[in-house]
Amino acid sequence: MTHGSWTLLVVYMALLLALAYPLGRLIARVADAKELPLASVVEKPLYRLAGVKPEEGMSWSSYAIAVLVFNLIGAVFVYGIQRLQNVLPLNPQNMAAVSADSAFNTAVSFVTNTNWQGYGGESTMSYLTQMLALAVQNYFSAATGIAVAFVLIRAFVARSAKTLGNFWVDLTRTTLYVLLPMSVVFAVFLVSQGVVQNFSAYKEIATIEKVVYQQPKNGADGQPMKDAKGEPVMEDVTAATQILPMGPAASQIAIKQLGTNGGGFFNANSAHPYENPTPLSNFLQLLAILLIPAALCFTFGDMVRDRRQGLALLAAMTAIFVAGALATMHFEQQGNPRIAALGVDQTTSAIQSGGNMEGKEVRFGVDTSALWAVATTAASNGSVNAMHDSFTPLGGAIPMLMIQLGEVVFGGVGSGLYGMLIFALMTVFIAGLMIGRTPEYLGKKIESFEIKMISIAILVTPLLVLVGTAIALMTEAGRAGISNPGSHGFSQVLYALSSASNNNGSAFAGLSANTSFYNTLLAIVMWFGRFAIIIPVLAIAGSLGAKKRLEVTVGTMPTHGLLFVVLLIGTVLIVGALTYVPALALGPIVEHLQLLVTTVTAAKAGQ
Amino acid sequence: MKTYLRPALVLFVLLTLITGVAYPLLITGIGQGLFPSQANGSVIERDGKPVGSVLVGQAFSEPKYFWSRPSATSPMPNNGNSSSGSNLGPTNPALIDAVQGRIEALRKADPANKQPIPVDLVTASASGLDPHISVAAARYQAGRVAGSRNIPVERVNVLIEQTQETAAFRFMGEPRVNVLALNLALDAIKS
Repeated sequence: MTHGSWTLLVVYMALLLALAYPLGRLIARVADAKELPLASVVEKPLYRLAGVKPEEGMSWSSYAIAVLVFNLIGAVFVYGIQRLQNVLPLNPQNMAAVSADSAFNTAVSFVTNTNWQGYGGESTMSYLTQMLALAVQNYFSAATGIAVAFVLIRAFVARSAKTLGNFWVDLTRTTLYVLLPMSVVFAVFLVSQGVVQNFSAYKEIATIEKVVYQQPKNGADGQPMKDAKGEPVMEDVTAATQILPMGPAASQIAIKQLGTNGGGFFNANSAHPYENPTPLSNFLQLLAILLIPAALCFTFGDMVRDRRQGLALLAAMTAIFVAGALATMHFEQQGNPRIAALGVDQTTSAIQSGGNMEGKEVRFGVDTSALWAVATTAASNGSVNAMHDSFTPLGGAIPMLMIQLGEVVFGGVGSGLYGMLIFALMTVFIAGLMIGRTPEYLGKKIESFEIKMISIAILVTPLLVLVGTAIALMTEAGRAGISNPGSHGFSQVLYALSSASNNNGSAFAGLSANTSFYNTLLAIVMWFGRFAIIIPVLAIAGSLGAKKRLEVTVGTMPTHGLLFVVLLIGTVLIVGALTYVPALALGPIVEHLQLLVTTVTAAKAGQ
Repeated sequence: MKTYLRPALVLFVLLTLITGVAYPLLITGIGQGLFPSQANGSVIERDGKPVGSVLVGQAFSEPKYFWSRPSATSPMPNNGNSSSGSNLGPTNPALIDAVQGRIEALRKADPANKQPIPVDLVTASASGLDPHISVAAARYQAGRVAGSRNIPVERVNVLIEQTQETAAFRFMGEPRVNVLALNLALDAIKS
């Protein structure tokens, strides 16, 4: 760890927590207030047109149906726009209609807040699809997550309640009072840094030097020609121009980061210079990734009228996050011993970032790339500013583990908080077993029904990840996507299933996933990874909300002190570790050992 | 079901119009008004003709220019229509072969230079469009560039110094040089 990397981490965490506190209190007001400022202009006309009675509460099951109906409409709409984009306006590059399986995958991906991308943005999607289908779902999937978190929080406060809020109100308010104003400010800032925002066609500019490259030569029949050995015949081609992609990118990227969505406007995501042009835009996007998930911990404390409860969750998240960030920065700074063996200079100095620079951008270097990798996977964001596939084995294993912990270390907006609360309930249950008391959390007894639902919510993603990985590895179509040999190829598949099932969306992107096999498999795991958790969470909320709130007694286990934080971290890590260590051992750990062998061999050769 | 469908459909349409139409148009309006150059791709011109974007790296292979980082885009390097990294894993033999090939190309272009090669000059960037190289990578190439232009190497080093950017507040960003800006500055030297 260098001086600069410590400064980066400390400044980042300090700013994150300082901004999260006021934002969290503001979100609590949005969740709880009877009437918000400007309601008669902003909210009420929408409710009138929609026939919504904002004061009418919903039972947990009505809330769940509303969530599902709204999200299904979203999925159908996103699918339809992609399939019809060739005949719809705002398509200056004449993009063809997206194929059925890719459009299906992308629709599910954006509705579930995953934003896994099997396609390359600048070569696939029209401007209309980007702004009207994809960016809109960035808002709606984020608002859905936050709304579900509101319901679970309200359940702890409620006393023998039948209803826990109104989904239409939570959705509208979260979108218009939280996400939209923040995105407007952030998007304008991003434009100032160089993120493009226009509706022009792509620019084609004559470059200073012509580029000569090789491409397969086509015969008279239009098919690639083969030589006597069956190898394709190559021909030299000269390119005198460069295409500069355009589009309404800044508006989409602002909400992509704030809503833990992560879907890039361009294929290279936040590594693309038009998506993340400067170190400053990079730092603020990095803050935006974790901002709302961190703020929601304060929201939780505010809403349950006990700030210490929110701080305990935040402390557990922060501890795991910082440990992960330090480790990843360390491994990436070490560089690649096989490249070092070629005499390449990988040292960190005042004139270069050094370290493992394959798949990284010079303006970000290894430190912010490593910090970003951990932030984007700790939160279920999934945007990348460096290619995780080319990270060192252990540097890439930590982001993968962050995803596998269930996206509860900050996690997605809303989903991270309700996920962590599920782990908190699990923790009081385990602690209750140890000391022989009925477990309770915030005065609510945790009983058989809750434990069943908690078990579903915790077990559904490991099931999807491990069974999905097994299916992919046992089928020809699954193995065909692997692009790196050996254990790294296994890691590519494990990462993809982990990312999709946990609604993260980042990738070991060498995997060729834009095939009907992966588009279908990953769409299925994304859908269940999202809604097979939301429904049990809402059921838990319904059950807890209907219960009385018990008074705190000397026998109550405190859920805000250091002891609880340690227990909570332990629960998260043990569940994650027990589930995934065997799989990780086959992938990144084996690969790390292979690299170590290189180092030893090289050292011996040098003697 | 109707109790769900009407609010769902109506709110979907209205909120889509707000976040999917009004919002991007608003940002476009503000962006084009306040930051027209940035909003349209930060294009730089020479003699009134656009020569590229200061944010998007171009490929250079002549000895008289500073070379950009290797780009893994296809079919040609630095293809702005298809941004991408190599996605080669750290133990993939193809990665080591590629690095080896780039080392040989650099050595061949400048046989006298025995310094160790900075890592960013032989590894592919994440976007394939990285506009920068490290200061170390620029200094490594200074001798070759000066030699092929018949100008003193000090002159080239001064240009590097004038073009280079460093970390803001000592943690934000890395020591780097914009390759296109540096090459344009080189071409502007009257010899």
